[in-house]
Amino acid sequence: MAATTAYVPSPAPSFWRRASTYFYRHPRLSLLMTLALPMFWLVVIYLGSLLALVAQSFYGVDSFTGQVTNQLTLDNYRLLLQPANIDIIVRTVTMAALVTVSAVPLAYPLAYYMARYASPRMKMILYVLILLPLWSSYLVRVYAWKLILAQEGIVSWFAAQTGTSGLLDAFLQIPGVGGTSLALSNFGIFIAFVYVWLPYMIIAIEAALERVPKSLLEASGDLGAKPRTTFRQVIWPLAFPGVVAGSIFTFALTLGDFVVPTVLGNSQYFIGQAVLTLQSTSGNMPLAAALTVVPMLIMGVYLWFAKRLGAFDAL
Amino acid sequence: MTDPSAIAVRLKNISRHFGEVRALDEISLDILDGEFFSMLGPSGSGKTTCLRLIAGFDLPTSGSIELHGQEVGNLPPYEREVNTVFQDYALFPHMTVADNVGYGLMIRKVSKAERNKRVSEMLDLVQLPGMEQRKPMQLSGGQRQRVALARALILHPRVLLLDEPLGALDLKLRQQMQIELKTIQQRVGITFIYVTHDQEEALTMSDRIAVFNTGKIEQVGTPAEVYEYPASEFVAGFVGVSNLIGGETARKLTGTSDEFTIRPEKIRLQEPGQPIGAEVCSIGGSIRDVIYLGMYTRYLVELDDESDLTVVQQNLHTTSMDVLAARGRPVQLVWEREHNRLVQRG
Repeated sequence: MAATTAYVPSPAPSFWRRASTYFYRHPRLSLLMTLALPMFWLVVIYLGSLLALVAQSFYGVDSFTGQVTNQLTLDNYRLLLQPANIDIIVRTVTMAALVTVSAVPLAYPLAYYMARYASPRMKMILYVLILLPLWSSYLVRVYAWKLILAQEGIVSWFAAQTGTSGLLDAFLQIPGVGGTSLALSNFGIFIAFVYVWLPYMIIAIEAALERVPKSLLEASGDLGAKPRTTFRQVIWPLAFPGVVAGSIFTFALTLGDFVVPTVLGNSQYFIGQAVLTLQSTSGNMPLAAALTVVPMLIMGVYLWFAKRLGAFDAL
Repeated sequence: MTDPSAIAVRLKNISRHFGEVRALDEISLDILDGEFFSMLGPSGSGKTTCLRLIAGFDLPTSGSIELHGQEVGNLPPYEREVNTVFQDYALFPHMTVADNVGYGLMIRKVSKAERNKRVSEMLDLVQLPGMEQRKPMQLSGGQRQRVALARALILHPRVLLLDEPLGALDLKLRQQMQIELKTIQQRVGITFIYVTHDQEEALTMSDRIAVFNTGKIEQVGTPAEVYEYPASEFVAGFVGVSNLIGGETARKLTGTSDEFTIRPEKIRLQEPGQPIGAEVCSIGGSIRDVIYLGMYTRYLVELDDESDLTVVQQNLHTTSMDVLAARGRPVQLVWEREHNRLVQRG
């Protein structure tokens, strides 16, 4: 039996068809076209504003008029070394580190369950539940925490009902942690920070765990490793890049945030608040810029350290 | 009855249900110490489930699993003296070849010096000397496969489980590895349980084969037994190619309408009208299609009742020109009656 049907011919070459063919034959050009817009965004707008910021931090301020001068100087960085500013930096970095370290054990079990055990349906439900808070303004959610933690808030009420008010008061007495109420304490700030950044940590760890084939865990058990050893030798090293990715979110976002400590804190400043005050109330843009460079430097050191720990080896 | 001490693995009435699906349905099986045992079957036949139950990655719904007389059915993998070579090799990507192969020894707290020595011995055995410091990513598929084998063998397990370990390799490498695996198995004297869907692989390597189908075992036997005396229509069709003849055609050939199978290589093609001897079956037809395969040729012969028979002939004297010209020609099919195998519908 002979084939009787002819090959279906391509349509006549239009302009668009010829253009497609041209791009097909010049893959580099087509890649360039694809990346043009994001490159413009990242290089010109993003990096540009960052450079402008760094440049600003070297400008001087006329101490008399408060006007910004074009005189290049390191005065702003010298000012950062004053005890009050060092205090702010140490407080912020400590908070960011504590938030990050606490978010990992909170996020990990859920991420592990999602990656390893949850049915596709369950996983979708959990994804939605985890991301749901991000649909609402985080300002609203931080204020919700104020209501929970305030003097006449839910926690105090609960403590009064269960007769543990004494315990709460004793806790609020702890220097550096407590305050006049939970809503005006470092602990309150810590709770809110962990709450707002936790979804990023969960998603990052989940994505990393998802990429660890089940057979690796089986192989480890097969070779005699108990679950604890399998975790230490196989799961944790392979999940570590995800943990680092998540910690970049929790750490960097805490470093730069000014909303949570403003709503929940006492009068002790965090970097974000200091920047805000400097560039609005005080109008000292150069010092504000210098203070903004600090989290960037800290993140740089942090990433360098993470790389040394082998966080990106498995990528 | 076999000597109980010679039994490496004994499965008794093992079932594994996944909801409504019976992945394994009441199977019983004895695997002897030191034998190369294959579990052969199509995907979804239960062979991999069976292997995973022996390894301990999965627990049976009911039934018992004994390893050298010891009940292990509910023990976790790390309490069983078996090791596994995985289909995807499952090498730890963040570890070197040496750390992968030495993993089991590291878990057992064997000293670093002893570990290095045994890792290098193992790498010699699988012909990867000097590869200690490579990462799995830097190895070819065949090399990864050898590392996986070395990692599983280094603990001298009493039973080694292999889950389609050659599936991802190309044909040449696969054939080479088949021979190597068999050689290694004979050298180390460990019981190998080998899961495969490739009947040729099972026939080449095994001492005995269990043919799985829909959660049950259809037949257990040596390669020759399984091939020459298939216990069911399924086995006849899955292990090698078989022609199934029944009904009116069977009656004409054998006198009864009982169904039987005949292997394609047992059938000879003759010019119609040539004399035929006693004790042979003979039937006429015409060649509908010819598939030239180099070493041999496969003919599809249409019988007078319009059913098809497959016939395979070695290209002893014929060339591709000759065989391809045979298309459409009337032929006489002749074979010895003794090659007919009665089958039960399975």
